[in-house]
Amino acid sequence: MQAVFHNRWLPFVLLLPTLVVLVLFLYYPIISTFELSFFRAAPNGIDLTFVGLANYQRLLDPQIQQTEAGTFVVRNAYVLVVGRSLLFSGAIVIGGLSASLGVAMLANQNLRGGRIYRTLLIWPYAISPAIIGVIFLFMFNPVVGVINYAWNGIFGTRPLWLGDPILTPLLIVIASIWKNLGYNVIFYLSGLQNINTDLLEAASIDGANAWVRFRRIIFPSLSPITFFLLITNLTYSFFDVFGTIDILSGPGPANSTSVLIYNLYRDLQINHNTGMAATQSVMLFVLVAGITVLQFRTTERRVTYNA
Amino acid sequence: MRSMTMRSSRRRPKYFSHITLIILCFIVGFPMVFSIIKSTQNLGQIMAYPPNLMFGDRLIENYSAAWNSNNFVRLMGNTILVAVCVTLGKTITSMLAATAFVYFRFPLRSFLFIFVILTLMMPTDILVVALYRLMGDLGWTNQFQALVAPFLASATGTLLFRQHFMNIPSELADAAQIDGAGPLQYLRNVLIPLSWNVIGALGMIQFIGVWNQYLWPLLIINDNQRQLVQVALKGITINALDQGNWGVALAAAVIASIPPLIVFLVLQESFLRGFALTRDK
Repeated sequence: MQAVFHNRWLPFVLLLPTLVVLVLFLYYPIISTFELSFFRAAPNGIDLTFVGLANYQRLLDPQIQQTEAGTFVVRNAYVLVVGRSLLFSGAIVIGGLSASLGVAMLANQNLRGGRIYRTLLIWPYAISPAIIGVIFLFMFNPVVGVINYAWNGIFGTRPLWLGDPILTPLLIVIASIWKNLGYNVIFYLSGLQNINTDLLEAASIDGANAWVRFRRIIFPSLSPITFFLLITNLTYSFFDVFGTIDILSGPGPANSTSVLIYNLYRDLQINHNTGMAATQSVMLFVLVAGITVLQFRTTERRVTYNA
Repeated sequence: MRSMTMRSSRRRPKYFSHITLIILCFIVGFPMVFSIIKSTQNLGQIMAYPPNLMFGDRLIENYSAAWNSNNFVRLMGNTILVAVCVTLGKTITSMLAATAFVYFRFPLRSFLFIFVILTLMMPTDILVVALYRLMGDLGWTNQFQALVAPFLASATGTLLFRQHFMNIPSELADAAQIDGAGPLQYLRNVLIPLSWNVIGALGMIQFIGVWNQYLWPLLIINDNQRQLVQVALKGITINALDQGNWGVALAAAVIASIPPLIVFLVLQESFLRGFALTRDK
C-alpha cells in the first residue's frame, strides 16, 4: 500500500492528458466503427446509407452451394480469409515460440561473451516489418536470390517463392518469425534465469534426464511467459504482418496472403467500401477483445503470485 | 541458472556451445548482412550467378543515390520526429496517469483505471476506418498531427509505471510528506530518478513501435513529402526494381534500419532490467 497525497484536483489533472487522448482517439473511433458497420458507403466513399445488418450478413453468410458431384462447398470469400488468417497466425505463433525457446535455451549458458551472443540474437526486433519485406523480397528472388542458389545446389529445383500459393505465405511466416524472434528470446531468457535451480539439481540427482527435466520442470515454469508471448505474438501475427505482406507479396498468388487485415485494407482503400471495412474491424475487435481478456486474467494471476 | 550451466558444461565441452551459438547468430544475422553486402554492389555483381557475396565497389554511389532519392532525408527526418514526439508524449502521459492511480485516492479511481486498461483491446489497426474519418473532420488528413496525436497515451505504459511505483518502498513517500514535499516534487526528485530503467524500456518499445507502423501512415498520408520512411520504402523499392537497381533499394532499407537499431542497442540493457528481467523478481 502506497502513501497517499491529499489533493482534490491534482489526480484529475494528472489523468487528463491520458483520458483526452483515449476518449478522442480510441473510444470515439471504436464506437464510430460499430456505427459505420451498419452503413454502406457510396462509390465516392463518403455518403452513407443505413443498411442495418446487411454488411454482417454479407460477410458471414457461408453461401453454401451444392456442386454437381453432390458435395457442399462454402463459397464465402471471407470465411476463407478467416481460415487463412488462423493458419497464418498458428504457424507464426507456434513456429516462432518453439524457435525462440530453443534459441533461448542455447543462449542461457554461462559462456564468455554471453551478452554479445544475446545482442546478436535479439536485434532483429528493431527491424521494421516493411524493411523485412524489402530484404526478403530480394533474398528470395527466384533468379538472383541467394536462397534459390543454395536450394538449387541441394535440391536441384528453383521454387517460385513469390509466385506459389503455398510458398509465398510460408515466406511471410518465415519473415515474421525472424522479426519477432528477438522479442520472444528476451522474455524466454528472463524466464529461464528465474527457474528454481534447486529443483533442477534435485531432479538431476534423482536421475531425471534432460528431456524429463525440460518437460516436467522447465516448460511448466515458463508457462506464464509462454502464455504472455502467445497473446502478444497472436496480436503481432494479426496486424504487424501487414507491412511485410504489402511489400513482399500484396494479395499473393491466388490471394494466398490476403489475411484479415489485408482484406480490410483492400475493402477500405481500393474498393472504398467503408461499411464493409468497418464490419471487418468489428470482427477483428471481437477477436482481439477475447484474446485480451485472456491476457489480463493471466497477468493478474502473475501479479498476485509475485506479491 | 549458475548450477544448471555448470552441469551442462560438465556434460559437453564449451566449444560445442560456442559453435552452436555462432551458427545461430549467423543465421539470425544473415538477411541483414546479405542486404548490406548487396547494397554495395553494382548491377553486374548483384545479378551474378553464382551469387557474389563479396563487398562491391558501389558503396558510395548506391548510398548517396538512396540518400538523395525521393526526399529520403526528409522521410527519415519525419519518422525520427514522429518517433521522438510519440515516445516522449507517451512516456510523460503514462507516468502522470500512473502517479495519479498509485498516490491518490479520488472518486471514480477504479472505474477510470478499468477505462484505461480496456483500451488494450483497441489496437490502432482496428480503428483505422473510423480514425480516418475523424482525421478528415479535424482537417488532419496528411498532417503531422495525425501520426502523433492518436498515440499520445498508453495503457501499457500506465500499467508498467503503476506496477513499478507500487514496488517503490512507501517510506519514501512518507518521508517526502514529512519533509513537506508535494506530489510533483516527489515525482521529480524521487520517482523519476528511480524509474530510468522503466522509462528506457518503454522508450525503446515506443520508438521501435513507430518504426513498425505501416497501415495507418499508408492510409492517412498521401503526400510523399510527409510520409514515414518505412512506408515510402515500397515506392523506392518499386522504382529501384524498374531501373534494375537493387543496390539502391537495399541501401535505403539499410539506412532506414539504423535509427531503431541504435535505440535498441543503447536501451537494451534498461529494457532487460526495466521490463523483462525484473518481471518475476
